[in-house]
Amino acid sequence: MTVSKEKILEYLTEVKDPEIPVLDIVEMGIVRDIVVHNETLKIDITPTYSGCPAMKLIEDQIIAELHKKGFDDITINTVMSPAWTTDWMSEKTKQKLKSYGIAPPGRLSDDEFDPLNYVDKEVDCPFCESNETELKSEFGSTACKSLYYCNNCCQPFEHFKCH
Amino acid sequence: MISNRDSKTGQALFEYLLRLGDDRLVLGHRLSEWCGHAPILEEDIALANIALDCIGQASNFLSLAGKVENKGRNEDDLAYLREAVDFRNVQMVEVPNGDFAHTIARQFLFDVYSYPLLDELQKSADGEIAGIAEKAVKEDRYHLRHSSEWVRRLGDGTGESHDRVQNAFEDLWTYSEELFFTDEVDDILVAAGIAPDLALIKKAWEEMVAKVMKDATLDIPGNDRYMAQGSRNGRHSEHLGHLLAEMQIVHRSYPGVKW
Ligand SMILES: [Zn+2]
Repeated sequence: MTVSKEKILEYLTEVKDPEIPVLDIVEMGIVRDIVVHNETLKIDITPTYSGCPAMKLIEDQIIAELHKKGFDDITINTVMSPAWTTDWMSEKTKQKLKSYGIAPPGRLSDDEFDPLNYVDKEVDCPFCESNETELKSEFGSTACKSLYYCNNCCQPFEHFKCH
Repeated sequence: MISNRDSKTGQALFEYLLRLGDDRLVLGHRLSEWCGHAPILEEDIALANIALDCIGQASNFLSLAGKVENKGRNEDDLAYLREAVDFRNVQMVEVPNGDFAHTIARQFLFDVYSYPLLDELQKSADGEIAGIAEKAVKEDRYHLRHSSEWVRRLGDGTGESHDRVQNAFEDLWTYSEELFFTDEVDDILVAAGIAPDLALIKKAWEEMVAKVMKDATLDIPGNDRYMAQGSRNGRHSEHLGHLLAEMQIVHRSYPGVKW
């Protein structure tokens, strides 16, 4: 059985991010490389955050998914560099986040970051598009999201931080 | 990489990785104690998130320490099966949380040390350390922004919040000098291009502390006081043993347990 790297990538789109189930691990940028050698697969993955509690689960799910497709010899390797960034998400992926109710991240290069001062930035409400929103906390239900409130439609929402 | 490292550098690197890992492990554990107890829900979530980042960074540094040591110990063995005297964290991270102002002041003093350190470590001649730092520094910039914003709010807030955070800085200042302790471990690794010179980090630390404390209308405590020392070589306060007892009990009571 010879299989292309592209085919494996396609299989891996079946593995969803456990914390944001509308996105799969390929569009999240967690899968970094795939080496196919005969029936042996080597897959490099990278954690979104150092302490991401979902990494073990993701590894188990990759193995289970590929097992279903007939692969038994799978090695998963965790790579740290280059560090994961939200810039690896495509525009299409960001749209999916928005329809799911999470305001998507902007481009890292446009993000003015001062580690000693919060710089107010415009984050549009994913529900009503209003820019009348305010930051409530830089840390949300997971480290990758911050908490906002929309003063127009009066709903709280999460923003995927630029990272 | 490991093969062409001489044993003296290997030993220094192992020690250095324990210092990096243990600071973040112990601080992460202390922060996790706030879970369910923080003054407001948003802070409960923020402190738990920061704790998780710290523990994740610790796991990465300790895992690498185990590889460098090459005696078959992994990050769990190093976190859960060492005694207090084998820990290399600074005393600042092991002191009990105190009130919210104390926790924030400690976090700020650590963040202004950790952020420039990780930033420099991205350039380390050791590619694995550089990789861990490259990821961790992106997390630390959020930690620092969180703690520095809170120092301003508490310092420039009510009379009570000002006094509480000023007292916290006075108490914690005793532990500030240890952050910049250096010995032959640093000398060897600085010469090898693996670690940055802590004197550079100290300069950045002093500038950021001065800037934020001034904004916060707080006085920088004086250095004419007892300064804690010895923890980078295993001399700790009594608090670390109690912390480890709680952190390690499940792993030690049920070896190899899985859930
Ligand atoms: Zn809205």
